[in-house]
Amino acid sequence: MARRRGPGVMAIVGLLLVALLALVMPLPGLVAPLRPDFVALVVLWLCLLSPRPTGLVVAFLAGLAVDAVHGMVLGQHALAFCLIAYIALKLRLRIRAFPLLQQSAVVFALLALAEFMAFWIDGVTGHAVTEWTRWLGVLVGAACWPLLAGLLERYLPRS
Amino acid sequence: MSPIQDQDHRNLLLEGPSLGLRLAILSILAIALMVADHRGRYLEALRGALAAAAYPVHRAVDAPFAAWKSLGGEMKSRATLQAENVELQAENLALKLRLMRFEALEEENRRLRGAREGSARVVQRSLVAEIMKVDLDPFRQRVLVNKGARDGVHAGQAALDANGIFGQVTRVGPLSAEIIMISDPEHAIPVTVNRTGVRTIAVGTGRPDRLTLPYLARNADLEEGDLIVTSGLGGVFPPGYPVARVVDVTRDPAQPLLQVAAEPLAALDRDPEVLLVWFERTIVEPEPEPEAAAPPPAPLTSPTPAPAPAAPPTSETATTAGETRAQPAAPAGEDP
Repeated sequence: MARRRGPGVMAIVGLLLVALLALVMPLPGLVAPLRPDFVALVVLWLCLLSPRPTGLVVAFLAGLAVDAVHGMVLGQHALAFCLIAYIALKLRLRIRAFPLLQQSAVVFALLALAEFMAFWIDGVTGHAVTEWTRWLGVLVGAACWPLLAGLLERYLPRS
Repeated sequence: MSPIQDQDHRNLLLEGPSLGLRLAILSILAIALMVADHRGRYLEALRGALAAAAYPVHRAVDAPFAAWKSLGGEMKSRATLQAENVELQAENLALKLRLMRFEALEEENRRLRGAREGSARVVQRSLVAEIMKVDLDPFRQRVLVNKGARDGVHAGQAALDANGIFGQVTRVGPLSAEIIMISDPEHAIPVTVNRTGVRTIAVGTGRPDRLTLPYLARNADLEEGDLIVTSGLGGVFPPGYPVARVVDVTRDPAQPLLQVAAEPLAALDRDPEVLLVWFERTIVEPEPEPEAAAPPPAPLTSPTPAPAPAAPPTSETATTAGETRAQPAAPAGEDP
């Protein structure tokens, strides 16, 4: 095999930190619900990039960080991110062969799954947010995917 | 399907347990965390540590805004400052005049109430906390402030602004604390109508400019413009502080209860800072009411240094001392 070097640990941590910052950056009220889950996007990208099963651990820790920063029930996003990271790792080779648009569709499904898990756990723990606008972030996230994938590809080449 | 998976497995075999096993382990771990955090609240220490770890992130996001504000402060022109000064002096004088009257009234009140201890529960100590410019969740009415356990802030503490009740502290980190506003749909605050003395509960709606009073009978005496103040039941909020003003009363003959909209007096979405208050907690036990039959037994003696003395049945059946999910005992139940 050719040398396979993904982004280093520092790059991953830095990327996740930036995503976390973007997640709590104050936005004007109307735009706020449109904010995609940047951390989920980065986790997905990392999982598609490298087959290392440590992707799951990274997803778990990233989810925990999101919970800590948002002050939600601990483990909520950890579980959701683990699940989508697992699916992304399993289908990695196929997804990577897709054209960008189709990739976006897959990302849409995965983000929706993660959001649904969060929604579900919200409901179970009695904090249900039933407003439909919470799903807009999923849509925006999927729409962002080609841009994000292109950018990351460019600055963190995968081989 | 299989060739791709085979290849995956070849990659995975190099490093420890398989993907599925890892997922199972991590999922169980996550679920265990959630249960421990939500049900048992065993993780207060971990929570504190995580809040401390999250603080730099919050701080980093907040920093540009704070810098801009301080820059604005430095750049203010002399004329503006002078004008502001004059205005503040006038306001100070007016407030002093009112305070004089207030002290006389307080003294009189104490005399009139006689030896009924604890009836004059007034704020003893307060601490100004700045609201950090951090979006916690657009769907929840919560904010983060820059004071935490190191400043003596504790969960369940009341927060006010200059005009009224703002909310209460839900979580405390070493340097920051999360406050749930009275307008959060999960928040309910025991109140009384100032004009008539009717006691009820004001529940948040999710909009910063609306509260509802969902548990008043259709024939209750309530008018637009009525002032709603804290009743002090539940022990979280000091009594007698303004909460909201009634803006709309709908008497729908088809509904057994009144539909009341009230506007919070605190500027929930505009405040740059809030006041965290400590007040005397020697409380006169509110007269026990019949439906005291099912108090939540265990959680009330939670190890957190939170206040909530035995909550009266009509106000908050605080699931844990520090928890804020004040759920009214009234039958009308959940919000839609």
